[in-house]
Amino acid sequence: MDAVLLSRIQFGINAGFHFIFPPITLGLTLLIVIIETKFYLTREEAYKKISSFLIKILALVFSLGVATGIVLEFAFGTNWANYSRMVGDIFGAPLAAEGIFAFFLESVFIGVLIWGRNKVSPRVYLLSAFLVCFASHLSGLWIIIANSWMHTPAGYVIQHGRAVLTDFSAAVFNPSTLQRFFHVIVGGWITGSLFVAGIAAWLLLKEKSPVYAKKLLGTALTLFIFASLLQFGTGHAHSVQVARTNPERMASFEALWKTQKGAPMSIIGIPDATEKRTHFEIAVPKLLSLLIHFDPDAEVRGLDGFSDDVLPPLLPVYMSYHLMIGLGSFFAFLSMLVVIFMVLKKLHRQKWLLWTLVLASPLPLVANEVGWISAEIGRQPWAVYGILKTSEAVSINVPAAHILFSLIMFSVIYLILGFLFLKLLFKIIGKGMDDVAAGY
Amino acid sequence: MDTHQVLQITWFLIIGFLLTGYTILDGFDLGIGVSLPLLCESEGDTKKLFTAIGPLWDGNEVWLITGGAALFAAFPQAYATVFSGFYLALMLLLFALIFRAVSIEFWFLDEKRRKLWMWTYSVCSALVAFLLSVTLGNIVFGVPLDYQMNYIGSFFTLLRPFPLLIGLLGLTLIILHGCSFAILKTSGQTNSRAKSVAATVWMFHVIIAVASVAAAALVLPESMTSPWSWALFAVAAASITSFRLLLHGERDGVLYMTTAGAIVSFWGIAGLQLYPNLVRASEGFDITIFSASSSELTLKVMLIITCIGIPIVLGYTVYVYRVFKGKIVD
Repeated sequence: MDAVLLSRIQFGINAGFHFIFPPITLGLTLLIVIIETKFYLTREEAYKKISSFLIKILALVFSLGVATGIVLEFAFGTNWANYSRMVGDIFGAPLAAEGIFAFFLESVFIGVLIWGRNKVSPRVYLLSAFLVCFASHLSGLWIIIANSWMHTPAGYVIQHGRAVLTDFSAAVFNPSTLQRFFHVIVGGWITGSLFVAGIAAWLLLKEKSPVYAKKLLGTALTLFIFASLLQFGTGHAHSVQVARTNPERMASFEALWKTQKGAPMSIIGIPDATEKRTHFEIAVPKLLSLLIHFDPDAEVRGLDGFSDDVLPPLLPVYMSYHLMIGLGSFFAFLSMLVVIFMVLKKLHRQKWLLWTLVLASPLPLVANEVGWISAEIGRQPWAVYGILKTSEAVSINVPAAHILFSLIMFSVIYLILGFLFLKLLFKIIGKGMDDVAAGY
Repeated sequence: MDTHQVLQITWFLIIGFLLTGYTILDGFDLGIGVSLPLLCESEGDTKKLFTAIGPLWDGNEVWLITGGAALFAAFPQAYATVFSGFYLALMLLLFALIFRAVSIEFWFLDEKRRKLWMWTYSVCSALVAFLLSVTLGNIVFGVPLDYQMNYIGSFFTLLRPFPLLIGLLGLTLIILHGCSFAILKTSGQTNSRAKSVAATVWMFHVIIAVASVAAAALVLPESMTSPWSWALFAVAAASITSFRLLLHGERDGVLYMTTAGAIVSFWGIAGLQLYPNLVRASEGFDITIFSASSSELTLKVMLIITCIGIPIVLGYTVYVYRVFKGKIVD
């Protein structure tokens, strides 16, 4: 195997494994802020227990997020040295800003959150919870800024074959930054809230700390309902932006073979690049034109409008995009179901619904991963859209054998970490909330 | 000197500042990690030490992450050369950083395997301290580069005697620093064990330091000509000597300052040896702060970010250290 392919697989595994944890943190820290605020205002012991329980989970999730995140900062230099040389003038700055503005804040105050409940005043403790939540979102912003620049580069010129910064705010607020930021953040809220709702539902089903579990379930589901509906808006905005800034990717997402007026939106199917048609396709006529241009008869560029060497591999892009949309729709459906039973005040007695929440709780992680896969594979063959091909971004002096070695090493590490994460997570959950105290 | 050059020099200093901050702060939890098996006789001892570093180590490690990101942003050519060139060594470093990051959490949660996680934390801490010091030793000593700034040596090129000696120098200094912190944060048995570990490691450290200076005089003779180098050698020697003199005294805070002082002079010496290089070439051209840097605009923007951000970071870091000050009681 060649170094490019191995480096791509390795980066995919590294980023994919890392991307399990930060989205959970986004939703989880937001819930902790909400519950700590309730505790601060009411002084009810229940909220303290619930929050301490969530902070225990956060400590575990965060340690894995940190451990797997360092790898990515190294990866641009170790495996993508040409990338770093070509675009480091622009790409490095948001990473450094992330460290200075966000990661320091998050890491320092998470120490207070985990270890300092009895060492600081209630007000400072609440502030620490807020700062950890704020910093994890700010951290997401800077990382999305860096990644968005790869999709829609702006604020630069090419000099001597390298991208040189000309306008920092244009690079930071490039055409896809905000759309992608809101989409990822709301995805994180869905992830964290359903993750917690699943845990609370399970505790209810097992009749462990049921009083606390009911309160926790209510708060988590409220965030889940809000976020899963909001995600339609952010998803729509992001799709419109992709259609505008990276039209060949939208054509691939939808497997739209021909440029046409009144383009349909593909719901399900299997695109076949050799026959240039989609098998077993179910599509809604004119919907794609309507969604992108607010005009059911508007023209949308199809795959025939682009030369093959700028198109991403069709099948994985189409499949991951549609799986993401399918899961997103399922979350909205689930939240409607929850609303109905909440209004009827029968939620806690619906065992089937509680089990559905338990079983659905890891699904947002799948949605995050396939959404990210559709974006990153969708950008191929480019590492930086229109500027630098992925094949030209790798380190030329690292032998394939070394990459194979590290790829195996990371795979083994992640198997071990994934196993221990689940085991220790179940252990924390299994103890329930009756005797929980934050920290050790 | 034009604005771009002033910025390049400023960024050389800022990265030096970040790495020095990293070594002073994360250095103590690395050092406690390395000496953990010698400091602990029971799980209770380990718990005390993990309680001392638990709330702080995470923020400390961000200094390394930010230092790395600042190197990427300010000097992408040097970042690309070092990280791709030292590939296998850095993969080993990542292995250690990953397991180190989870092992304190795992120690508390996974009660049946506490020995395993204690040893994991210890071995990984030693690897991190040693590998980072060897890396520094290599870029100061010089590595073979081609005309496009790519590293052309092998993994074993990195394991030449001089960089290995610097590796041991860094490792022993980190252990002393960790012992300083352990002495500051504990009392009783753990405290006295930290003192005896420090006394033994101190002898090794002095021998290695003398050997390093002698080796530097041999292989990097020009390094001995600058009076600034000698001044910093004197500060290092004074710090390390006062560490030994104060070790069995009562002034734990001052003791901690002596190893911190040694770390500052260690980085000062390394910085003086390097400047204006970022990576010295044993073959090919040196990578300098002038040939490796980002554009003037990027350096300017980054400087603004740093000037706003770092004072705030220092402010709340001091605050949180005060929250967790004092000896750990059982």
